Order: sequence, then structure tokens, then C-alpha cells
Amino acid sequence: MATLIDTIRNDPRSPRRGLQGVGAEPVRSAEPVNDRELRSDYEARRHIFPSRVHGAFRRIKWTLVALLLGIYWGTPWIRWDRGPAAPDQAVLLDLARRRFYFFGIEIWPQEFYYVAGLLIMAALGLFLVTSVAGRAWCGYACPQTVWTDLFIAVERLVEGDRNARAKLDASPWTLTKIRKRLTLWSLWLVIAAATGGAWVFYFADAPTLLVDLVSGTAAPVAYTTVALLAATTFWLAGFMREQVCTYMCPWPRIQGAMLDEHSLIVTYNDWRGEPRSRHAKKAIAAGRDVGDCVDCNACVAACPMGIDIRNGQQLECITCALCIDACNRIMEKVGKPRGLVSYSTLADYERHAQTAATLGRDTARAEQRGPSISKVLRPRTILYFGLWATIGVAMLVALAARGEIGMTVLHDRAPLFTTLSDGSVRNGYELKLVNKAGEPRSLALAIQGLPDATMWTAENGERTRSAVVDVPPDSVRDLRVFVLRPAANAAPADFAFVLTDPRSNETVVEDARFEAKEVTRK
Amino acid sequence: MSNIGADEGFPRVPESEPHRGEIDQPTGTATTGHEWDGIKELNTPMPRWWLWVFYATHVWALVYIVLFPAIPLLKDSTTGLLGWHSRSEVAEEIDTAAVARADQFERIRNLPIEQVADDETLRNLAVRGGESAFKVNCVQCHGADAAGGIGFANLNDDDWIWGGSLEAIEQTIAHGVRHAGDDETRLSEMPAFGRDGMLDREQIAAVTRHVLSLSGAGPADPAGATVFADNCAACHGASGEGNRDVGAPRLSDAVWLYSSDPAAIRAQIHNPKHGAMPSWSQRLDPATVKQLAIYVHSLGGGEEEGSREASAGAID
Repeated sequence: MATLIDTIRNDPRSPRRGLQGVGAEPVRSAEPVNDRELRSDYEARRHIFPSRVHGAFRRIKWTLVALLLGIYWGTPWIRWDRGPAAPDQAVLLDLARRRFYFFGIEIWPQEFYYVAGLLIMAALGLFLVTSVAGRAWCGYACPQTVWTDLFIAVERLVEGDRNARAKLDASPWTLTKIRKRLTLWSLWLVIAAATGGAWVFYFADAPTLLVDLVSGTAAPVAYTTVALLAATTFWLAGFMREQVCTYMCPWPRIQGAMLDEHSLIVTYNDWRGEPRSRHAKKAIAAGRDVGDCVDCNACVAACPMGIDIRNGQQLECITCALCIDACNRIMEKVGKPRGLVSYSTLADYERHAQTAATLGRDTARAEQRGPSISKVLRPRTILYFGLWATIGVAMLVALAARGEIGMTVLHDRAPLFTTLSDGSVRNGYELKLVNKAGEPRSLALAIQGLPDATMWTAENGERTRSAVVDVPPDSVRDLRVFVLRPAANAAPADFAFVLTDPRSNETVVEDARFEAKEVTRK
Repeated sequence: MSNIGADEGFPRVPESEPHRGEIDQPTGTATTGHEWDGIKELNTPMPRWWLWVFYATHVWALVYIVLFPAIPLLKDSTTGLLGWHSRSEVAEEIDTAAVARADQFERIRNLPIEQVADDETLRNLAVRGGESAFKVNCVQCHGADAAGGIGFANLNDDDWIWGGSLEAIEQTIAHGVRHAGDDETRLSEMPAFGRDGMLDREQIAAVTRHVLSLSGAGPADPAGATVFADNCAACHGASGEGNRDVGAPRLSDAVWLYSSDPAAIRAQIHNPKHGAMPSWSQRLDPATVKQLAIYVHSLGGGEEEGSREASAGAID
């Protein structure tokens, strides 16, 4: 029987709700913690419509977008003459022939440590930049930021600025909306296809591949790569945007360890802005304390990450500095000094806040007038720079000393040695002779040590101690070499193969081992 | 009951605290109400696209299972609608490679072996192909390193029983040694001097000493030399230089087919063992036999046609 007790128990406003029985000792709520009603496990992405921004940082960002996209799209078309034996593309990852060309540098697969060195330098460079200038990479140079910037610019061109875009997004699917969205997506697709298209040009001769791609005769893997990269560009720059930085990218998680109190971060100077007020004159008239922030939300509207910088440093912030531009424009309009939102180190911010608290806001503002300069020289930056520079110099030295000839020696594993009719002992070696030059070379191969030993090659059976071997341009020649010691001296010993380029006098010495029975003959 | 484990720090539902709508002040995020030693779990929702990506992986897996071999059965697996199989793909690649090399194999088959060896491309192909064929057909006796063993010839050295030129090696491989059923097989037989009573124990011991002295491994033995001249020199030569026409091994060198141990030499004179090798032309095609010959020749002991060493018996 439904009673008054049940009514009370089920009434959400009732303080007695959830009691197991009236009159009994009150039992505390035993609601399931993971009640569906209480929490949403998944959150749909909320659309962000960053407004148009004018200012110094926006100009820097446009310049960088143009520069970086120009480098990306232009590089494969730069030509670089390397003679007839090698391709004339300045930057080329020739996977089929296993060569990496970078202007005057040609790297073979076994020299991939140069690329590893470059990657280590890139990582250390990122650490260095982050410890000095915060997430400058994220805000200015990361492909996700650059392409998102480009896509937002196209979006603004087609659909209008923030309010128009938000309105269109919220509106039902009218013909106008369909037309605008199709236009927008088509333009995005063109950019995305061009992005994917440019990528494959780094792996083949660009002019040839372009003709092949257009005429439909390129390799299927080229089309697959273009399609995959076009799809990810379209998706990541068009629809995912800030989700990539917030959820997919590991870099924001590493930031915390890279930043310290001397790193530049985009800072809302709350000691200056608070208490914020939309009606400053009225508030001042009423005798209330009023900060510089007019609570216009221009910084929020400008933010491509959809955060409010006034809440302090946040994981989502990529320090693109657009809120600084947006706020400075407002500050100029209301006749207040710029820099309410500014690049500032934590140390500076705390100093200013201290001044504001003790000597007043005006003194602190005067103190803030000079831009906050990151304290560049500190142990961590010196360490990062030292490591970065050391690897850089080591790579430059290695590149400068990189020879054009090379040799590896592999002793036969089975049989280790062969006894011949006259009791002499023969060893076999696989030599790989490398000629990195663009023209054929005649190299001198000789034995160093073992004065009693003679050698011959599989091609030329003449017993000798030095031979001339022709190696074709830009290639490796396999050479089978036999070394013989007479019966009287047929004991194990160390010696070396010496390869000399008579033209440049470049010499490569490779240690080798002569194997034989350990017993000494009497 | 409900607080069992709480003292040990296990997560528990804090019955004593109302968690509904609790907001973590520093982050402004709701908590789940779960608490570990005072640390509360924030209820940060996953992005919904993540959920869709998660579902998409399931769809991908299902499509994959339908299209490709996926579910193991007792003997086989499901075949998949596309009919793709990694082994058939490998088979196709091998066929493609075979077609691409077909005319080179044709040339190897048709050209005399000397000309094959003179052509650098064909020689390289033959050495590699011969190496593969050797590993399948020859290593059982001659060893992976082609160094043989007692009774099995070492193919690396310069001592050849039946000749070390390309043509001689090809002939030996093609028709075998003492292979019944091939008229052209290499054939020779050494008498069983001891078993058949042609030499007595003392004579065998003497001739063994003489044989060892031929390669400087022992002192001269005049009695043995007489026995050798009367019984052995006809085939092995007056100074033990051997005779390739009859497959009589050279006895004056450092290479021994059945060991240089005096007991082994005595045993071989008393009742000789005769090795045999199949006639490979009956099992392999001529191109493969040529490749094998070129490979064996390349191991280091190969002789030039017409060279001093190649002419049988003419050993200094």
C-alpha cells in the first residue's frame, strides 16, 4: 500500500529521501556510485568557433603558416644536380634504391645514424625551446596547428566569423547550410589531397610522379598513401582539431617536466585584471575595487582550444598567443596598457603579483611594462643546448669526414679454413667494397701483415699481395677473396685488408683473422 | 561487512560521504566518489569520438574476419571471402621470380658450362642457385661447409679424385660415382689386397709406411717401396701422384679421404671401402647440375680447363 512514508521517501526534495524505514535509525544513502544519471561516460566534442584575431602574434603565425606550408609543398620540386648516376631531386627518400638524398648529402642505409642523430637533435631542440619559450612548438610550428589554422581560415572564408559559424552550425540543414558545408568540405578535401599528394613526392621523382598520379599510372601504394594522408588531414584538421592536442598527443603530458618558473607561458595577469567588471565606471562610482579586465570574453572567443586563459595555465593551452592579440586590442580600445594577457614567466608573474599586493596595481603595471624575458641561461637550458650542440657538431664532423669508399670483411664461417694438397692453409673472406662516389673507381686492395701470405680473388686466380678492383659508381661490390699461408707458417694470425683509392689516397683498413689449426708444425 | 578491506586501503564506496554532485575545487571537475587514501577520482568523461574509434576497430576486426583467413580450425582455418593466403602469395611471388629468370635459366641449360662461367651474370646466378641446390641435395654427405668428412670428399680444397675443372665436376655430379644404372658413372675399384691374400700383413705394414713417407709424414721404407712399385704404382703412380682417369687418389699430398692414420691406411689396403655418389642427372635437371658444378668450382679449389693441375696424373 502506497503510503505517505513512500511518498516522502521518493520525493527528491525530501531530506528523508533514501531512508530505509521511517522510525528506524537513519541509514545513509546506498546509491550506486556509477549511476548512469550521475555521470556521462563519454562527452561529445563541443564545437569551437575561434573568432578572427588581429595583432602581432597573428601576423607571426600567418608568416609561419605560409613559410612552413611553402617548405612542405615546395621542397620536393627543388632540383640538385648529382651527375648522371644519381637522381636530381634535392630531398629524396629513395626507398627502392635505399638512398636518402638531402641536397649535397647522400646517406646510405648503414649510415642511418645520421637520421637518428637528427631525431635526437629535434627532441633536444624541442626540450630547449620548451624550457625557454614554453610550448612554442605547439603554438606555432606543429603540423596540427599549422593545418588547423589553414582549415579555420578556409572555414571563416566560407561561413563567416565566429557568430555566423556558430549560428550556421546550430541551424537546421537548409539548402544554404548544405551548400556552404559542401563548399567548405570540398575546399578542405582539396587541401587534404594536396597534403597527402605532396608527401609521396618526397619518395620519388616529383615531376614524374605527378604525371603518373594524374594519368592514373602511379603505383597503388602511392594512391593509398595519398588517400590515407588526405583522410587524416581532413579529419584531424577539419573535425578533430583541439582534440588531437588534448587527447591524442603525448607532448602536452611531457610539458610539465620541461617547464619551470623561467619558461615563457601565456599568462593572464590576474593581479592586474581582477576583480573583473563589465561596468567598470559604475563599479568605481560605487567605490568598488576594479581590475583591468572588462570581462569582454575576447580572449575566450579567440581561443582555438576553447579554454579561458583567465583560469590560469592549462593542459589544453598550446600557447598560440591569439588571446594576447585579442586582449591587447581591447585594452587599446578601453585606453589601458597592453599586456593584461601576456607572455610571462611564472617568476615574473609572481613578482608582479607581489608588487601589486604590496605597492598597488599601478606600480606593478609600471614594473610589467618591459616585456617578460625568459631567463635563458640556466642549468637545464645550458645542458639541453650543450647536448644538442655536441650531437650537431659530432654529426657535422662525421659528415665532413665521411669517406667515399668503404669495406667490410666477413670471414667464412664454414669451413673456417681449408688445408690444401701441399699442406698450405687457405682462408676465404667475403669482402664488400663500397663506392659512394658518382663515378666508377679502381681501388687497390692489399694485405697488411703476414709477409708469407698471398691472396687471390674468385674472379682472378693470380696469387698476389695487392690487386686492383673496379667498383661501379654508387654501389657495393661483393668480392670473394682467398688468403693462403704456406705449410711452414700455417698458424692462426691477425692481419688486415687495406683498400686505397689511388685518386684521393683515401684508405680504409679492416682487421681480419687468419684461421688454421693451432698445432705448430715441426 | 561493507567496510571489510577498507583498513587495508582497498578502494571502497565511501558510504559515509555524500558524493552526489561533489566538485573537486582545484579542477572544477566532478568526482566519481571513489577514494583512495584521501585521493579522489575525477569523473572526466572520455571523448565520444574515442568511443566511435573503439567501435570502428570492432567493425574492422569483423570485416577482417570475414574477408581474410582468421579463425583457426582443427586442421586448417577459415579461408575468408577474398581467398587470400600468405602462402599462395609467396607461391605467386616465387612464380613471378621464376618467370623473370626463365630465360637466364634457359641460357644456363643450353650453353656449355665454360661459357656459363664466363658470363658474369650467369655465373653469379649459378653460384647462388648452386648454393641453394647444394644445401638441399649435397650437404647430407659433403656437409654444410662442403668440407666432407672421412670417406666424403672435401670440395673446398685443391685435391680432386676425378678432376677439378668445371667439366670434370659437372661430369662427376651428373653421373655420380660407382652408381649402378648409369653407364657414364665414375667407376673404379681397388683390389682388397689383404682380404684376398695378395699381400700379407707384413707387406701391408711396409707399404703403409712407404705411403706415409710419400707426403713426408714418415721415414722411407725400402721394403714398402718395392711392394708399392709392384702393386700400387699402376694406378697411384710411381711417386703416389694418383691418376684421375681411374679415380686413384693422390697419396703424396696432405689431403686424405680416409684419414692419414696408419691404421686407417692399413685397413684401406686390406679391404678398401669404396664411396658412392648418385647420378644426379637422373634426379636434377641439367641447369641445376651446371649450377652445382659452378658452385663447387667456386669454393676455392676449382681448376682451369687445360691447366697443369687439370691434366690427370701430371703432378709434380
